[in-house]
Formats: sequence, C-alpha cells, structure tokens
Amino acid sequence: MSLTTESSTNFWLTRPFSERSTQIFLSVLLAALALVTILHVAVPPDNPLHVGAYTVNLFGKYLSYALLAVAVDLVWGYLGILSLGHGAFFAIGGYAMGMYLMRQIGERGTYGHPVLPDFMVFLNWDSLPWYWLGFDMAWFAFAMVLIAPGLLALVFGFLAFRSRVTGVYLSIITQALTFALMLAFFRNEMGFGGNNGLTDFRELLGYNLRSNDTRLGLFIATGVALALGYILCRAIVTSKLGRVCVATRDAEARTRFIGYRVERFQLFVFVVSAMLAGLAGALYVPQVGIINPSEFSPIFSIEIVLWVALGGRATLYGAVIGAILVNYAKTIFTGVMPDAWLFALGAMFVLVTVFLPKGVAGLFRYLKRKTRDDHPPKEATA
Amino acid sequence: MRRFLSLGLLCLLLFSVTVTAQAQTSATVEADDAAALELLEALDVRSYPAKGEAIIAILQSDDERARDWLQSLLDGRLQRTDDGRFVVVLENRGRDWPVADALTGEPLGDMSRRDLDRIGINNALRNQLRSAIAVVDLYSPDVERRRTSATRLLGEVDEELAAPLSELIAEEEDAQVKRRLTQALAIYQVESGELEGVETLRGSLHPRVRVALNRAANGDDPIIADAANEALISIEQNLKINRGLETLYFGLSLGSVLVLAAIGLAITFGVMGVINMAHGELIMLGAYTTWAMQQLLPGQPGLALILSIPAGFMVAALAGVAIERSVIQFLKGRPLETLLATFGISLILQQLVRTGISPLNRTVITPEWMSGSLVVNDALSLTLNRMYVLGFALVVFAGLMLIMRRTRLGLEVRAVTQNRAMARSMGIRATRVDIMTFALGSGVAGLAGVALSQLTNVGPNLGQNYIIDSFMVVVFGGVGNLWGTLVAGLSLGVINQVLEPWAGAVLAKIIVLVFIILFIQKRPRGLFPQKGRAAEG
Repeated sequence: MSLTTESSTNFWLTRPFSERSTQIFLSVLLAALALVTILHVAVPPDNPLHVGAYTVNLFGKYLSYALLAVAVDLVWGYLGILSLGHGAFFAIGGYAMGMYLMRQIGERGTYGHPVLPDFMVFLNWDSLPWYWLGFDMAWFAFAMVLIAPGLLALVFGFLAFRSRVTGVYLSIITQALTFALMLAFFRNEMGFGGNNGLTDFRELLGYNLRSNDTRLGLFIATGVALALGYILCRAIVTSKLGRVCVATRDAEARTRFIGYRVERFQLFVFVVSAMLAGLAGALYVPQVGIINPSEFSPIFSIEIVLWVALGGRATLYGAVIGAILVNYAKTIFTGVMPDAWLFALGAMFVLVTVFLPKGVAGLFRYLKRKTRDDHPPKEATA
Repeated sequence: MRRFLSLGLLCLLLFSVTVTAQAQTSATVEADDAAALELLEALDVRSYPAKGEAIIAILQSDDERARDWLQSLLDGRLQRTDDGRFVVVLENRGRDWPVADALTGEPLGDMSRRDLDRIGINNALRNQLRSAIAVVDLYSPDVERRRTSATRLLGEVDEELAAPLSELIAEEEDAQVKRRLTQALAIYQVESGELEGVETLRGSLHPRVRVALNRAANGDDPIIADAANEALISIEQNLKINRGLETLYFGLSLGSVLVLAAIGLAITFGVMGVINMAHGELIMLGAYTTWAMQQLLPGQPGLALILSIPAGFMVAALAGVAIERSVIQFLKGRPLETLLATFGISLILQQLVRTGISPLNRTVITPEWMSGSLVVNDALSLTLNRMYVLGFALVVFAGLMLIMRRTRLGLEVRAVTQNRAMARSMGIRATRVDIMTFALGSGVAGLAGVALSQLTNVGPNLGQNYIIDSFMVVVFGGVGNLWGTLVAGLSLGVINQVLEPWAGAVLAKIIVLVFIILFIQKRPRGLFPQKGRAAEG
C-alpha cells in the first residue's frame, strides 16, 4: 500500500501529491479532460475523431458517478462500512441542485407562474413550502448541496455509530433509509414533484443548459470536482485519522480499547463521504436534466457498491475505474441488447465477489508484482 | 306514488297463495299451461298500468314459475318470438342468443336477436318487480333467498306489510332471517313512533338501521329522538370495536405474510450470518411454481394449490442449495461480499423469469373454497384467503419450531448458530448443517411464495417488494430467534395497519421504517437478542 512517506511533506492536504498513485491518477484524469475538450472543440464535426456533445455529456455523467463511487469507497474501503444508502445522499444533493434549477425557470414554465414551479401550480398550491425558500439564490443552493446530505449523514451516523450498529445491520438500515426516502419522495405532498421529480431545467448561473458549451463546461467542472474529491479523500486516508479508520475497519474493538473514540472517526468520515456524494448528485442533475425518486431506489445504491467492488476496494482510483467501466458497459448493453443488461450486471456481482475480490485494481497490482518478481529491481527490498 | 301495488297487499296475497300452494300437489301444475300462457299474454300489452295488473295476476297465480318470469322480466330477458312464443333469453351476448321456452323451460337453441321482441318495462314497474320478488322470496324454501330478501326489506316496510310481517316472523325458523325481519319491522315501528322499535334496533350494525335511527334522532318526537340517540351511541361504540377488530385482522394478515417471507431469512441469517439478497426471488420461485402447477392441472386450482405446497418448497430449496454450493460457500466469513453476490443472483433470477416466462404478471386462480369471506356481523367480514394464509403461516412456524426443537438437525443448527467452532469440534459437520439450513430456509421462502400467490400479483418483482420488509422483520425481531421473527412480523403488520387510516399507506410504511431504524439504535440486536459470548460477532 502506498501510505504516506513521512519525509515528503507534513501538511496533510498536500501529502497525496507526493504519492505515485495520485500523480498517475491526476495526470490521466487531466489528460482525459484535455483530450476530450480538444477533440470536441478543435476537431471539426465531420472528422471521425470528433467527440460529439452527446458523448461529452455522457462522459460528464460517468465522472459524476465516479465521484460518487470515490465517496462510497471512502467509507467502505477505509472504514469497513458497507453503505447501501449512498444513493440517498447523491439524490439529496441532486434535489438541492434541481430545486435551484427549478427556481431559475421563473416565468418560462408552462403555467408561467413567477415563483411556483409547474408541478406546484398543477397541485393548486398557492405558496412555496418553507424548505424551498432561498433556493433561488445560487450560493444558498450550492451550500445546501453539501449541507443537506451532510446533515442527514450526521444525524443518521450519530445515532448508528453511537449505538455501535455495524456490519450487516448497518447495511440493512442504510438500505431501509434510502427506501423510506424513496417512498417519501414519491409522494406529491412532499413538494418535490412526486413521481416525475424535477425536470425541464433551462439554465444554470445564466448559462443555457442545452447549449454545447455549457455541457462541456459541466463536464470539465465534474472532472475538476472529481480530482479535488479524490485529493481530499486521499489526504484523509493518508493522514493519521485515516490510519485510525483503517484500524477501525480491521479491528474495531481493539481500536476502541487502545483509546480511540471510534464512533467520532466513523461519523466524520461518513459525513464527508455523504457530502461528496451530494456534490456528485448536484453535478449529475444538470447534465441529465432530471432528478426523480428512482435515484433513491435501493438497487441504485447497491449498484454503486458494485462499481467500487469491481474497480477494487480501498484504492479510490479503483472506484473511479469501476464506475466508468460498469456505466460504459451499461450504456453499450442497454443500447444493443437491453434484456441482457440485468444478466450481465448480476453476473458481474457474482463473478467480482467470488473471483476478483480485490477488483481491477487488485489485478493491476497482482500483474505489477508478478513482473517485478520476474525481473527483480536492482535495489533489494528492505 | 306510482307504486301499483303496495308491498303489504302483495304480502297478504302471497300469504294466502303459498298456503294454498303448499296444499297442492305438483301434479296440478302441468294442467294449466294454457292459463300460464294467458298470464304471460297479459304482459305483452302497450300500457304500463296494464302490465302492472298482469304482474299482480302472475303473483296471484299459484304458478311455481312465477318468480323466474318476474326475474327475467326485470332483467329484460323475457322476450317473445315472431311466432308468438314466450322465451327466456339465457345469455344476451353476440348476434345469436340461446333461448329457452318460458313455459316448459326446455332449451330452444340459438335465435337471432332480430326475431325476438323484448317485453319492455319502465322504472316504476322495475321497482314494483323488485319488491315483488323480494316478497316472493320471503316464502321461498331456500334459506339463502329468504336471507337476501329479508335484508332487502330493511327500511322498506310500510303499514300494510307490518301485520303480515309479524306473522311471518312468528313462523320463520331460520334465526338470521327472523332477526332481519324483526329489525325490518322495528324500523317501521320507529318510523311510526313506537319506542320499543328503538330497543330492538339497539344491537344492530346494519347501515340501514343506522340511517333509520339517525332520522328518528332528528325527528319531532323528543322521547324517540333521545332513545334513538342513545341507541346510536351504543351502535357507534360497537362499530368502533368491530373496526378495531377488522384492523387487527388485516394487520395480522399482513403480519403473517411478513413472517412467512422473513422466517426463512431468519434461519439462514441466524445460522450462517449470511444475508441472502436472493431470498425474495426464492419467494418468487414459489409463487411461480403455484402458477405452473395450475397450468399443468387446468380446472383444478384447489388440487394444484395443495400440490404446490410441497412442489414450491422443493423448487425453492433446490435453488437455495444451488446458490449455497455455487457461490456462498466460497465467501465464508465475508458477509458483505455475500450480500453483493446474492444480490447479483437475485437480478439474474428476476431477469430469467422476465425473459423466460413474461415480464407481465401471471394470474393465479384462487380455489373456490378459499374465496369469499366469513361474515361475522354486519360490520365485520373476514376474507377467507387471508385467514388461510394466516393459518398457513402459523402452521409453517409451528413446523419450523418443531424441527428446531425436536430433531437432530435442529439441535445441530442451534449448536452451529451459537458457536460454530465449538460445534465442529464436537463432531458436527458444519458444512452439511449449512446446506441443510439453507435448503430449509429457502424452502420456507418457497412456501411463502405459494401463500403470496393467493394474495398478490405473481410477477418478476414479487420478491423484490418483500425483501426489505423481510430484513426489517428479522432485524427487528433479533437474528436467529424464531419467536422474535413471529412477534416482530405480526406486530409490524398490525402497526402498519393501525397507522394506515390516518397516515395513508405510503406514509405508514415510511413511519414503520423510521421506527425500526430508530429502534435499532436503541437495541442493536433486535427485540430478542442472542445472549452469550458467541453473540458478539
């Protein structure tokens, strides 16, 4: 494992930059962003190398999923908490963004009401519910993208970790949490658009969401957010706090006996992870143009865990690889033979857990170690 | 008032008629086909009042076929052919209708609708016919018919009917009909200002009785109004109790479904510490087995259902063993990975059913002896299929209890649950126990599927709808504790049903989920936690 080398730097946030894996990851990510941007902007549309607006949008979606996967890997890989409810934080972040985008529509909705979104007019509501107030201001909405999921994670995590609910039990109640939220958001009375969710968005910060430039901008923004999120997670993981987390994951009781307040570490990391998931959701919504309660569905949350498992747990970059691989496969499958997708997904769950417990990243490492063993490096291992 | 004939008069007429009719022998009936034809001829006139007269004439005749004629006249099925014969249309669908002779009752084959003339009636006649049939039925030898017609009379009794009704009550042998008729008479008494009527009505829960009492409570007579109010209050209380019982019944029914769905999970989870996310799909397999059985034995849904109990158990148990052998045994000691792998299996099974059978719901027939309901009183009737499922759940539970407490397998299972390493060192083959437990738990899931096929739609998503609920039940009850599962399942079902009227179905479910999430914080090991060193795991 590439835990920190003590000599490099002592400031925790810059420490990841001295890691080989982080350097590689960041360069690949930035190179990919630059490549897509150049192929989209500089290459003329009739050239086969041109990357269309649709593809840019698709990549942007993958990147937001990747950020979500990083958030899940942070709690699952380094804390041992298998959250089957991270889709809830993702969706809440998405709803916060969606509410802002709804308010931006203004009078251009079908019913032309200056304040109320269309679905509220349709339901004969005469004023905004209190929790919609403030979402016309971008700064407030963007803050809520982080605060709302963070707050939910704080309350839920506080209760759960304080009473030492762990392992399978925690997985089940996180699943119940997202399931309850899904049922709640399906209700029209909740004021989040019920079944249909929030959609028909027009602009974000004054930029038209349907223009190609905005899409490219969102793609780049998502890439940057992924890079920052990755660095943050890496920094947490390589810090002393991160090591306590790993200790908790491997032997919770022993860590507690040594004197660490395990639940505080768990709570902190859980909240950070929820906020990252919320951010991912907020970046996802303007790119797909809709947010509805299906993002809360337990299946989606389990799928996220699969991305991480496939990519490789406790590596962070593995989560990114897994998210992109699975979703790319999903795009292909649902286009070519939609019926086969669930077979493929189910088979992936089984095969990865049985045959590839360390995921694609584990495979990389295995191959690397193998080549190193075949050609031993000059400096002997200490 | 366009009633051509009051009910009372009818009743009087009929009373005399039936007395004479009973005296007659059946031999005389054949004699007067000509007279019968005449009676029917009288119906085929233009003027409605004349038709009314004809109906009375039919009632007055002692003809046994009178009721059938009136009923088919009411339904518009009494028709006349071009050559003047009276026929009863048996089924008026399509272009050609099967008909039977109105006089002899013998079938005449199909006839084109164009060759038939309907004997028309108007609304006033329709009312008259309905009342007439009700009164005729009061004299019917068939108890069911008397019951229906007595119920119909509630609130319909008038002055002229009152006197013959008392005579009828005195003669009636069936207690239910007698009570109904007494109530019908009492409503009339209340309406005509007699206090004792209120007293009679006090215990009744029928909505029409309440309507009558309400009217009396708002009436002019203060004494009657007070009495009626008092009676209404006691009726309301009675109703409340009945509604409570109904909620309890529905709650227990829902709970029994939850117990059935969860109890297999409780066994596998308890023994192996493994979460089987494909458990819901094993339930689905059980339900589809029932469907397949009914396809194999068309026309015998009851037999098919009974055969699917062992078949569903076997199918699901075999599927469970296949899952255990092919995947779960390789994931020993990694419960979270097992959860993911079995989730993958559940996706595959669902999609298999979707592509292999159909993405649409399949219909599973409920056998006759399971449909219908048990009527306790006017406000409370219990559907039979739910009662069977409740009983089935209890039987399954008792069976599992027996296996766990009284058999060698149960002993070994309990030993492995409590301390796997110790059990193995005592010579218990833990792997074999794992397989058997998994087969048992999965088989019970199959049984749950067979039961569920009688209550809900059988489709690919059947299992998915129950998996989260089942987990909640297991976690709430305490892992590895069958009593806990029973108590948790039944109480969650009841809580859900109690909340539903004022919160709505969805909100009730959310409240229950939040309640469980909070409950787990307070008691992380459920209602009945396992005790001892092995429990910390």
